[in-house]
Amino acid sequence: MLLPAVTLLVAFTHYPAVRTIINSFWSTGHGRRHSVFVGLENYQRLLDDDVFWRVLENNLVYALFTIPLSIGIAISMALFVHRKIAGRGFLRMSYFTPTVLPLIAVANIWLFFYTPGFGLIDQIRGVFGLAQQNWMGQPDTALYTMMAVSVWKEAGFFMIFYLAALQSISPSLFEAAAIEGAPRWTVFRRITLPLLMPTTLFVSINAVINAFRLIDHIFVMTGGGPNNATALLLYYIYEVAFREWDTAYGATLTVVMLLILSLLAIGQFFFFDRKVHYK
Amino acid sequence: MTVVAPQQRLTYDRMLMTAGGWALALLWILPLAYAAWTAFHPAQYETRFDLFAPLTLENFSKAWVQAPFARYFLNTTILVAMILTVQVVLATFAAYAFAVYDFPGKNIVFGLILVQLMIMPDILLVENYTTMRQLGLVDTILAIGLPYMGSAFAIFLLRQTFMTIPKELNEAATIEGANAVTLLWRVYVPLAKPTYLAFGLVSVSAHWNDFLWPLIVTNSVETRPLTVGLSIFSATDSGVEWSVINAATLMTSGPLLIAFLLFQRQFVQNFMRAGIK
Repeated sequence: MLLPAVTLLVAFTHYPAVRTIINSFWSTGHGRRHSVFVGLENYQRLLDDDVFWRVLENNLVYALFTIPLSIGIAISMALFVHRKIAGRGFLRMSYFTPTVLPLIAVANIWLFFYTPGFGLIDQIRGVFGLAQQNWMGQPDTALYTMMAVSVWKEAGFFMIFYLAALQSISPSLFEAAAIEGAPRWTVFRRITLPLLMPTTLFVSINAVINAFRLIDHIFVMTGGGPNNATALLLYYIYEVAFREWDTAYGATLTVVMLLILSLLAIGQFFFFDRKVHYK
Repeated sequence: MTVVAPQQRLTYDRMLMTAGGWALALLWILPLAYAAWTAFHPAQYETRFDLFAPLTLENFSKAWVQAPFARYFLNTTILVAMILTVQVVLATFAAYAFAVYDFPGKNIVFGLILVQLMIMPDILLVENYTTMRQLGLVDTILAIGLPYMGSAFAIFLLRQTFMTIPKELNEAATIEGANAVTLLWRVYVPLAKPTYLAFGLVSVSAHWNDFLWPLIVTNSVETRPLTVGLSIFSATDSGVEWSVINAATLMTSGPLLIAFLLFQRQFVQNFMRAGIK
């Protein structure tokens, strides 16, 4: 009963992961020239590769900004629509709709939004007499434009999990706090937030994976430019493996990705384990 | 006075919450609304906001004839249906085995399966492409779906659900002479319906939206899904108007958008019931 599912899983997750590690010690074969064992040569190249370090830094900055931001916004969204509020249905729909759209479609929408002179942002700036800005074309701001897209798409999805968690918190806790006259902020910090910890653990693991995995918008919006300012790790892997067809170096880069994901998984587990409040 | 004060605080709080909620919602819907506005209006209005601009569906029909979107829709539908069917069938059997039987190495196998939750096929593009080439499957719809058909997430969700079903039911049915398959079909699957629905929604939206892997593994109109088709359509910046691109964008997300607006409540509830917290 297990066999079919396990076979497929192993064939497309475990086997390629192991193969990736093995191939990172070999050179790329071209036509008649077979690949040969090169030891740590690919890793040496990795250390000397400026683009790799740039891409890694981009990805870390990207994760560091988008994850707390989308989680923070997701919690506020959930708090807004959790209880009765005027136009609750509309609010929930507004928050949630971006998560349903394909990232490629999202990229198109934001591309239009950002377009210099054309898009809504510059239109609004025009009203105030500000000059046109090419947000995606400048190395300083390009990565932030990508972050905005990611936060916009992710927050609504995370909101769902927080909504579910909020609805499972017993109302008597809040009633008790109200009788004691506890200020709202204290209630939030002392009751709501700790009880949301397991959700935050779950959501943040997802957010980390997504920060490294979801790069579709980069293709449409910037193609990694200008000057690699928006290239993330997986995008670089794609470029190396499928534009330059250097599969061995692509494998080496993938090993870095595997390492990061494993380390984050372990780290996050232990870090949150102490802080998470289990019922 | 002291009696009125907390109530006043309450209404003040509520006003603040409402204002905040609405401000965020309007900000959130703005990019989409802007794209929708241009899609439904003639091209000359794309930079000029005019409340009384004439509505039109012309952009949609233009997009529809300028690229083989009908074919892309068909491809994506086949892809999504194929993935979901295989995922659900395989995961049901696997989850049943984990929930009901005891066998040596059970926990190790389960742990290995869960590895896929962290390390997804999405990031193993390079090796999976080599595998597809060796299997001769490059540029087929099957190749897009195959890496995702053994789903750790589905196995995990269904196992959690199956484990809440009392074993007495199982024993009673076995005494009555029911075998594993009838038991699954008559008892386990019907009781796990909310989990199936929740997983189905997640799976369909994930693979409807998937882009990178299909981009790599397909290279013809006959296999290309909507996402890749859309990216090619909007990348040909040879004077395709923004309003037409926006129409195409909305068109490709339309079915999913409508489905989710209809199922919104069920989606949230099923997620909660499936125990993803």
